[in-house]
Amino acid sequence: MSAHPQLDSQGRLQHLLTIDGLPASIITQILDTAQHFKETGADSKKLPLLAGKSVFNLFFEPSTRTRTTFEIAAKRLSADVINLNVAASSQSKGETLLDTVDNLSAMSADMFVVRHAESGAAHMIARHVAAGIHVVNAGDGRHAHPTQALLDMFTIRHFKGSFQNLRVAIIGDVLHSRVARSQIHALTTLKVPEVRVIAPKTLIPKDVENMGVHVYHDMQKGLKDVDVVMALRLQNERMNGALLPSREEFFKYYGLTPEKLAVARSDAIVMHPGPMNRGVEIDSAVADGPQSVILSQVTFGIFVRMAVMAILAENT
Amino acid sequence: MKILIRGGRLVDATQKLDKVGDLYVAAGRVVGVDRIPDGFSPNRTIDAQNLIVSAGLVDLSARLREPGYEYLATLESEMTAAVAGGVTSLACPPDTDPALDEPGLVEMLKYRAQGLNQCRVFPIGALTTGLDGQRITEMAELRDAGCLGFSQAMRPIADTQVLARALAYAATFNFCVWLQPQDAYLGRGGFAHDGEVATRLGLAAIPVTAETVAIATIILLMRETGARVHFCRISSARGLDMIHQARLEGLPVTCDVGVHHLHLSEMDMGWFDSNCHLSPPLRSITDRDALRAAACSGLIDAICSDHSPVDEDTKQVPFAESSVGATGLELLLPLTLKWGKERGLSLGETLEPVTTKPAQILGIAAGTLQEGTLADICIFDPNAEWKVEASSIVSQGKNTPFLGYNLQGRVQLTLVGGQVIFDRSPKSNKNAQ
Repeated sequence: MSAHPQLDSQGRLQHLLTIDGLPASIITQILDTAQHFKETGADSKKLPLLAGKSVFNLFFEPSTRTRTTFEIAAKRLSADVINLNVAASSQSKGETLLDTVDNLSAMSADMFVVRHAESGAAHMIARHVAAGIHVVNAGDGRHAHPTQALLDMFTIRHFKGSFQNLRVAIIGDVLHSRVARSQIHALTTLKVPEVRVIAPKTLIPKDVENMGVHVYHDMQKGLKDVDVVMALRLQNERMNGALLPSREEFFKYYGLTPEKLAVARSDAIVMHPGPMNRGVEIDSAVADGPQSVILSQVTFGIFVRMAVMAILAENT
Repeated sequence: MKILIRGGRLVDATQKLDKVGDLYVAAGRVVGVDRIPDGFSPNRTIDAQNLIVSAGLVDLSARLREPGYEYLATLESEMTAAVAGGVTSLACPPDTDPALDEPGLVEMLKYRAQGLNQCRVFPIGALTTGLDGQRITEMAELRDAGCLGFSQAMRPIADTQVLARALAYAATFNFCVWLQPQDAYLGRGGFAHDGEVATRLGLAAIPVTAETVAIATIILLMRETGARVHFCRISSARGLDMIHQARLEGLPVTCDVGVHHLHLSEMDMGWFDSNCHLSPPLRSITDRDALRAAACSGLIDAICSDHSPVDEDTKQVPFAESSVGATGLELLLPLTLKWGKERGLSLGETLEPVTTKPAQILGIAAGTLQEGTLADICIFDPNAEWKVEASSIVSQGKNTPFLGYNLQGRVQLTLVGGQVIFDRSPKSNKNAQ
């Protein structure tokens, strides 16, 4: 298992599984390619970069936004897109994950976009597929959601110009969040000088400081003078139990409200990976307010996913 | 049958023995150590030049998967693997299906094992019926059927009242209770050590407190009940400290470690290597180093294989969904030798935790080459290098984090009760009889 999980021997991207260990140069290449698509109006006309290629959207977990934006991105690159809601088909008949992948590979798949409830599922598929077939991780358990982090970086660069001299705060359920992990790796790889996470102790994973972040438990302190605020989704099942007493108490102490946001820099931007729980992790006044760039994130997500697929196809 | 084992390096810490010499075996027992008995005339001579002659290994935990899990492994396959690994006595945990909670099951297992004439098998009985953690088993009956201790395998007793009563009842008969310390709740839903790697990989975690809280509870109950406890598979530095304190206090406590934990840490999970999905989990490098040191100092009494053959398909799934455990019977000797060499131990010191000490914990007359003992003998080449791969492993389980590694130390011949049970040499068919 010494070979790099996502780069070939020349250091070219073969799979996009995680931001962890991805060189800054490849992140920048993806962002620059996405920027090119944005500037050349790739949202209105089709590009032939994936013509004749089949992209399989393999979703073992439900998703609307991510699956849709991947589908749009692939179609704009002229790929044939096949959507599989696997939770409802072969897995329920007892077929193993790798058998499913083998069967779809036999139908001439060129690329798999995979979402799975277990951490490491995309890595396992990438190890298994034949050379030349690419795997894009669209979210695996609590582990990684690399295209989300990349579109977040694209959004930050768009609004802030660069990554230098930024203070970024990530708020909420870091423990269960694949988005947070990928964001942290992306921000530290791009040398953002200060990355903070803010949450009660029950939602902070052990030794997270070793990933290069500062831990805060107090929103007033954690949000002080930050340039970028990234809220995380709090899953319903975490709201009442031993992790948190109630959604009301969480909102009171950790919900992003205009009052709490006031201590951040006045030009701070507010981001959220969606889907939002209004009144839980974010107040509507902030989500719909002047500092929110949440809908831009969605739009940029298409360019970033186009960029990832175009680069992978070029590296075949 | 009289056998002369000629010219090997005889190693046995119980006699402070480490010299080249001859070993004489007759009627299933060692009858001479570097001293020819009167009138000894061998039927067979084994040339052990450049080889080590040691007591056969005693393994405190090897799952043979019978009854109930014969699709994973069988007594035949795993007992053959044992002798190929130089293991002549092994204890098998009660987590079979059904669990070893009735005398009839234990008798059947012992009978089947004896019929196969490979290594010696010592069942560990279930502490509670069906390992359900609610009702204690007929321990005295199980002892009469052949159980040498009582255990919950990897199923902790959540109800501390049941645990206290089980310990008290076992103490009535001075039975040893074998417990893998893990709190029933703290590690619930977890798969990996609660540390940097699980955080990075997004794996639900098992904190060190899952082990230490359980050790604390058990030690407090030992004081109360007078029970003898053998702690299985210690994984953390803090857990070791607590056992050290208990021993200083004079409590009757012993412990073992799985051989994988002497070499691997959370870092070895790499990118979700499911072969590293073990119980207890591989912990930090600091924990691993503490285990390595404690096995030298004698705080850890025994090193076991914790052999757990699983179906290959059940490792080809995401980490959290994969089966727990690794194959180990054939890796116990080379991995113990590797540890001893890296720690600068003599061969005698290296072999103690896989021979003499575990035999003492089981209370069996094994793990030594002293005259008069049963001739359970392992003859191995400490320098022979071999590659760990599916084809070089006899066990039905090929799952090991060491797949692809080159290891040193390979068994050439194994004798059980003075019979050559395993012979790796190509001419073995001619020589065996």
